[in-house]
Amino acid sequence: GCFVFKPSPKKRKVSQKTAIDFRGRNNESEDSELRFVTCQSLWNQIKSETEQIQEDLNKQLFDNLLSFLRRSHSEFREKTTEWTCQMKSREIPTAALVLGVNVTDHDLTFRSFSEVLQNNITPYIALLEAKDCPDVKNLMQKLMGQLMNCYIDVDSLEDEDFVQVSQNRIRCSMTSLINWYENVTKKTDSETPSKKRTSSSRRWQSPPVVVIFKDMESFTTKVLQDFIVISSQHIHELPLVLIFGIATSPMIIHSLLPHSVSSLLCIELFQSLSCKEHLSTIIDKLLLTTQFPFKLGEKVLQVLINIFLYHDFSVQNFIKGFQLCMVEHFYSQPLSVLCCQLVDAKKRVNSLSHDQCENIRKLPSFRRYVEGQVSEKQIALLTADNFLKEIVQKLLEDLHVYHENYVSVLRCLHVFTSSLPKYPLGKQIRELHCACLENRVWETEEYESSLQLARMLNKSDVVTMLQQCVEIFVSSSGKEFDKTVEKLKEFLTQFQKLEEAIQERDVSVSSQKELQKKTDLFHLQKTLLELKESRRSKKLTKFEMLRFEVVDYIDSLVRTYLIPADHKTLHEIVYFNTASVLRGHLNAAPRIALHTALNNPYCYLKNQALKSDGGSISNKAPDICIVYKLHLECGRLINLVDWLEAFSTVVMAVEGPNADAASSDQVDDIIHARFIRAISELELLGFIKPSKQKTDHVARLTWGGC
Amino acid sequence: MPNLEHPAYPAATLLQLESLVPCRESQVSMLLSIFGERQQFSFPSIFIYGHTSSGKTYVMQNLLSTLQLPHVFVNCVEYFTSRLLLEEILIQLQSCSSEPEQTSHVRCDTFNDFVRLFKQAVASQELQDQTLYIVLDRAEQLREMEANILPAFLRLQELTDRNVTVVLLSEIVWELFRPSTGCFEPLTLYFPDYSIGHLQKILSQNHPPEYSADFYAAYINILLGVFYMVCRDLKELQHLAVLNFSKYCEPVVRGEANERDTRKLWKNIEPHLKKAMQTVYLREISSSQWERLQRDDGEPGQLKGLSAHTHVELPYYSKFLLIAAYLASYNPVRTDKRFFLKHHGKIRKTNFMKKHEKTSNHLLGPKPFPLDRLLAILYSIVDNRVAPTANIFSQITSLVTLQLLSMVGHNDQLDGPRYKCTVSLDFIRAIAR
Repeated sequence: GCFVFKPSPKKRKVSQKTAIDFRGRNNESEDSELRFVTCQSLWNQIKSETEQIQEDLNKQLFDNLLSFLRRSHSEFREKTTEWTCQMKSREIPTAALVLGVNVTDHDLTFRSFSEVLQNNITPYIALLEAKDCPDVKNLMQKLMGQLMNCYIDVDSLEDEDFVQVSQNRIRCSMTSLINWYENVTKKTDSETPSKKRTSSSRRWQSPPVVVIFKDMESFTTKVLQDFIVISSQHIHELPLVLIFGIATSPMIIHSLLPHSVSSLLCIELFQSLSCKEHLSTIIDKLLLTTQFPFKLGEKVLQVLINIFLYHDFSVQNFIKGFQLCMVEHFYSQPLSVLCCQLVDAKKRVNSLSHDQCENIRKLPSFRRYVEGQVSEKQIALLTADNFLKEIVQKLLEDLHVYHENYVSVLRCLHVFTSSLPKYPLGKQIRELHCACLENRVWETEEYESSLQLARMLNKSDVVTMLQQCVEIFVSSSGKEFDKTVEKLKEFLTQFQKLEEAIQERDVSVSSQKELQKKTDLFHLQKTLLELKESRRSKKLTKFEMLRFEVVDYIDSLVRTYLIPADHKTLHEIVYFNTASVLRGHLNAAPRIALHTALNNPYCYLKNQALKSDGGSISNKAPDICIVYKLHLECGRLINLVDWLEAFSTVVMAVEGPNADAASSDQVDDIIHARFIRAISELELLGFIKPSKQKTDHVARLTWGGC
Repeated sequence: MPNLEHPAYPAATLLQLESLVPCRESQVSMLLSIFGERQQFSFPSIFIYGHTSSGKTYVMQNLLSTLQLPHVFVNCVEYFTSRLLLEEILIQLQSCSSEPEQTSHVRCDTFNDFVRLFKQAVASQELQDQTLYIVLDRAEQLREMEANILPAFLRLQELTDRNVTVVLLSEIVWELFRPSTGCFEPLTLYFPDYSIGHLQKILSQNHPPEYSADFYAAYINILLGVFYMVCRDLKELQHLAVLNFSKYCEPVVRGEANERDTRKLWKNIEPHLKKAMQTVYLREISSSQWERLQRDDGEPGQLKGLSAHTHVELPYYSKFLLIAAYLASYNPVRTDKRFFLKHHGKIRKTNFMKKHEKTSNHLLGPKPFPLDRLLAILYSIVDNRVAPTANIFSQITSLVTLQLLSMVGHNDQLDGPRYKCTVSLDFIRAIAR
């Protein structure tokens, strides 16, 4: 597998052991069960949403593929006797499906694709993976196993035993596959009239057999070649369609198959949506919406996006990461019980326990809020639970409204920034979103420069942008935007008027130009200079004024609505912000962890005796740590005798100077054994290996660190 | 041209056979004289070789079926293990016999079993007084089965003591078959390539019913003029001929030219065929797409071929890993210090390049490099610090499975794996952009 998916242990634990684990550590608050339920229901919503998105995005691709499959064996079915069809060599219809390098996502795509196929075209689908097919024999076995089982799935399960048994005995050759196919198609032909009218009308008499090679790149050339040669000989009897799942580029077909084999194929190319677009849609639908109460903080989002862009391009992993954030948030934040739809949240506020109220009082954002209040109110907030609950309800509502406004204004700002040259605030809305979450966006340099650029936009651009903004605000759920829409529409009408005015003025300008033409060079120069002078001193034109107004207005919108989330009170309830946890889970650094464990065992063992001040080597540490530390000081080749000497010195240090004399010349057998064991452990971990260059030396496999 | 003559077979059948196998008369008559009469014992094994689509399979099939000789025809690629192969021969033998027996599945694991079952099968029917022919197509596959299969097939007549002849068809010469332990030498027979004249004759034979033979022959002539340089494969040529014929007929259908107007027709078809050579023939565009294009009268330029889609989107670090791998593969180790260290000191111009190293490293192909070197180069070419996380390492293996890198000496994972970069300079350029 490529871009290995690492299942997060936490998530699995939760789904397996349910809420008990959730309660586990922080049983001080009794809401853990409720939190768990909330988390689950929210995740289910999000999951179905993401699946829906994926389905929509793949629809185009699947439609194309389906029409290709329908087309592919039309000749076979019609049994045309035309001259051309007789003479042409029958090629195997093949779809080259370019899916991109995010191999982890392919599985889902193939699964939903085969579902679609099953519903629309054919029940006979085989999904092959390279790791199951080291040679043709295995490939045929796998293929026949899948095909013959799928037949059972479609019809009845009665004769399952019979087929199961015979499957083992069956000869895995093309002939038996063809016999099977003939039997199956004949049977369905005779059976259908009675019970499956509808389905048979959807399918044809002889549905194609679709063989999907999930990861074309990993198949060996020989297997593919042989399979294609064999099946091309039987294409008349078995309507086969191949689908190659390609991660890199379709060139791989030519590099894997020689011309004599690829000439047996009739290859058409299909390209799936790029994973970056997929991610944008996911972010758009999951994060930039008020539908889901749970939000990601700036750092966390950055981590997830970085993993996506820098490492794997896998949308599935992004969603898994999102899920992990959610689970982590609901698990670690007791107040996350309020992270639900506003109506529910208000109800839940009322039933909060005293402990939970205290939790709220401890929130830094709430403390900040309290400090801003008058003293009586402060006291009330800090002592009276009921008053607190009232205020919290109001604050939650504020937060909700903030989110509603935030999304619309963000989109509006994105309309402006995404068309600027060089994209000072980023091309994608996610970059803008991150920038806004991070700190006050209007204080950044990039924002300043993009405003500057926005003041130089031409008129048609400004008008179309304004129109887009109006659309955004009209369709948004925020209630405060009526005025904004009005204002923007006013701008639009002003632009309209301006246009009319300009048209009128055009006539006069052209007459002026006529004049200029007739003057000689000297005069021309003079008039030009004058013109320039006047332009510099002249007041801005009407259009420019208007443009300034528009930009200023947008700026004011940004300043009011795009306040970073962590300036809002109670943001801790809905925002997950501990990026370090996430990084530790998703972007593990095994080498570093190993080094820390060996170099500083206290970090993991938490034994007070091991707590050391860096440089020195404690003899209380496990043997392997001592050996590791000693080996850090060596070069590429390590003399084992010296190493043993050093090791025994460190270990003996505990006995003090009196034991020193006795064991100076002879190393203790036990210490020797301990040393050997530690050395072989290091070898197992891949730090050293035996060397043949020098006797009694081992070679270091790691570098640096000394 | 020698007419087929043989006392054992009726003249009408031979005439029919001759019409079926044009340009292969001499080979057929040779085979006939080797085969002899029906009941006569023939040579135990015959080895026929010749280039792709020189009519080996076709001739054998037609010869045996037209003369109604009892035969078994097996493709060795399709029956990829010896067991499958032997069983298939037995199954076909059973169906050969006139009385429809029970076709119970017989197990045949070894050649010994095969000889025994073969004797039974032959004895149970009236094959005894005729020579039985076993034709093994793509016989080169036999070499990959158990060592005894090939020699045993060569002397099957002797082993079974029955009237049987084994015919091996292959694209490679006998010398490459001969096992080291020695074996019975078969009679070798060479099928030469079809000449251009032969191709012309064979291709023109199957003209479409709507048009005259002459018209089609003229078309084939033009087609061969374009394609003969690159392709002599009869099947492929026939396929191409059918694909492009409708375009050739277009002026005639529209009434702009008549069937004799060869020059006009040539002008019409020639650029079209050249385009076909660059696209369909190389399977850049599939033939069905090509046909659709013809029907819609579109330009092939709209449809991009497979090779046009070379761009591969990779994650940020994958790109850098690939670039680092490329650098490690094509730069000698001792230049690393000079290229990737900030303070590399003075470059000694003299004696730096030895003479033989002037040949471009690109001509020599990629060299293997250890993982450590790859990572070291990666760290120096990426601007910010890269933590050696699990994701980075998994990306290396991903690149291997995507066949952008390849692993050299696979067995010892702990011992510092070595890789090679398998992508081209153009690819790296596209990525580095």
